[in-house]
Amino acid sequence: MDFNLTEQKKLFQKVIREFCEKELKPIAPKIDQEEYFPFDLYKKMGKMGLMGMTVPQKYGGAGIDKVSYMIALEEISRFCGSTGLTVEAHNTLGCGYIYEYGSEEQRKKYLPNYTNGEGFAALAITEPNAGSDVAALQTTAVLDKDEWVINGTKQFITSGDIAGVTIVMAKTDKDKAAKGISAILVEKDTKGFKIGQLEDKLGLRGSRTAELIFEDCRVPKENLLGEENKGFYGVMDTLDRGRTAVGAMSVGIARGALEDSLEYAQQRQQFGRPIGKFQAIRWMIADMATEVDAARLLVYRAAFLEDQKLPYSTEAAMAKLFASEIAMRATNKAIQIFGGYGYIREYPVERYFRDVKLCQIGEGTSEVQRIVISKRLGL
Amino acid sequence: MKLIACIKQVPDTAEVKVDPKTHTLIRDGVPSILNPYDQFAIEECVRIKEEIGEGSISVITMGPPQARSALMRCLALGADEAILISDKAFAGSDTWATAYTLSLAIKKIGSFDIVFCGQQAIDGDTAQVGPELAQQLGIPQVTYIEKIEICNKHKLTIHKQTEDGYQILEAKLPVLLALLPPTSFQPEHPPMSSILKAKKKPFNVWDAKLWEAMNQNLV
Repeated sequence: MDFNLTEQKKLFQKVIREFCEKELKPIAPKIDQEEYFPFDLYKKMGKMGLMGMTVPQKYGGAGIDKVSYMIALEEISRFCGSTGLTVEAHNTLGCGYIYEYGSEEQRKKYLPNYTNGEGFAALAITEPNAGSDVAALQTTAVLDKDEWVINGTKQFITSGDIAGVTIVMAKTDKDKAAKGISAILVEKDTKGFKIGQLEDKLGLRGSRTAELIFEDCRVPKENLLGEENKGFYGVMDTLDRGRTAVGAMSVGIARGALEDSLEYAQQRQQFGRPIGKFQAIRWMIADMATEVDAARLLVYRAAFLEDQKLPYSTEAAMAKLFASEIAMRATNKAIQIFGGYGYIREYPVERYFRDVKLCQIGEGTSEVQRIVISKRLGL
Repeated sequence: MKLIACIKQVPDTAEVKVDPKTHTLIRDGVPSILNPYDQFAIEECVRIKEEIGEGSISVITMGPPQARSALMRCLALGADEAILISDKAFAGSDTWATAYTLSLAIKKIGSFDIVFCGQQAIDGDTAQVGPELAQQLGIPQVTYIEKIEICNKHKLTIHKQTEDGYQILEAKLPVLLALLPPTSFQPEHPPMSSILKAKKKPFNVWDAKLWEAMNQNLV
């Protein structure tokens, strides 16, 4: 048992932290307040290997392990949740899905173009009437000779409007629920594929969230990703990966709340002393530090199990559930510690609070995580 | 072409705080970094190797075992092999002792064309080790270099910073260069794939035992 990061992982962490402090931290308020999407930053991230982290190098990725990927996501999210989510969705849901389920031709065709930071890959599952209940999705894909004809509407798709390629989950067997779903690759500008509404969100405002509309959208038969009617399993598997990753994102945002609170508590003077000398503040910060550490260990454990090719589904659900819940608490406490200054835009803690709420909802709500965990316990 | 870079791991002076009571530096918990001058030196060294299209880069440091991480960063930035000179016997070395020890390491490596150093380290700011190392090696030295223009097997053209501008100098090889980054210098962040490759590159640790043997032959 060893709780120390390896020398290599420490170097990853250090380099990414330096990169984020220099390139991301200064623009994080603008990303939030102006819904600014920094395309240039993603190109730089591509050069660093951050846009195809776990994709093997032969497909243009960095080829790092899952624990290192979690370290990177924590560092990015510590400075900017919007960027953290964009990187997470692209790496796990987009590139990750294509790598895990794509044929050799599909991997070679798509991955090198999407691991360099020049383009984005998205995964479209959610629909107006299919959120947690993925099997209820209504988008259809019907085979007409050599083409899939897709009809339906997808909702809340991260980077959906800018993605060069989107993996669309659709019913290919209307008579079946989970066992009638397939994944189909749809490229941007395909006829019949339109971008609908862009969502105006509470937080993570610099990440793009789009509605996608498919009206007799035709794509070649070979755009089927993975096996026909087995897409549900691909989605569940990808969401397992995503859960650990959203856990890492939560840890990053919570760490931001902790670090900023600690600094503020040491500087802010009230009643003739730094507020960090008062027990009320000290205990809040002690709880935040303890919970951030515990959440990080859960995230690392789930990623470690995945690296070892051991079952990790329950551990991933635990990591996401706990990390997102404690992150919500930590950002709430941070605003309390900052007082009035915590409530205004001039300080970043109100952004952390708004950003982290999504972590309790996206890629499986806290309630869905509890279903996964309790099922595994035999309930 | 054989290139050697000498580097130092230093406390991040931006993170060092002063004890308000004793007015001394609080070094506990201060992260260590690759001396920024040395990062510039190693980046120039890698650039020269790439321009020439052949050769190898050995990066050397003398320091505690923790200095390994600074060397790993140099390997990720493009150096080919790393040498960590580490032994309690070397603790507390002044600049002369450090330069002498580094010179023995370089002699152990064998022939070389250019030795790259940062102009100075941000913790001690002495700027003495480079020049003393050149003296120990018996080779010419050029300090305050901000740019290496032309470099080939026989000579190189360099820009040396002066108080009122810069001089363009030519030097024959072998030579020691002490580099001073221009104000516009932005340190490069090694890509993750290069950090992965760094682990597979040769990493040697030399201690005082090897030293004693060499010392007897050389002194």
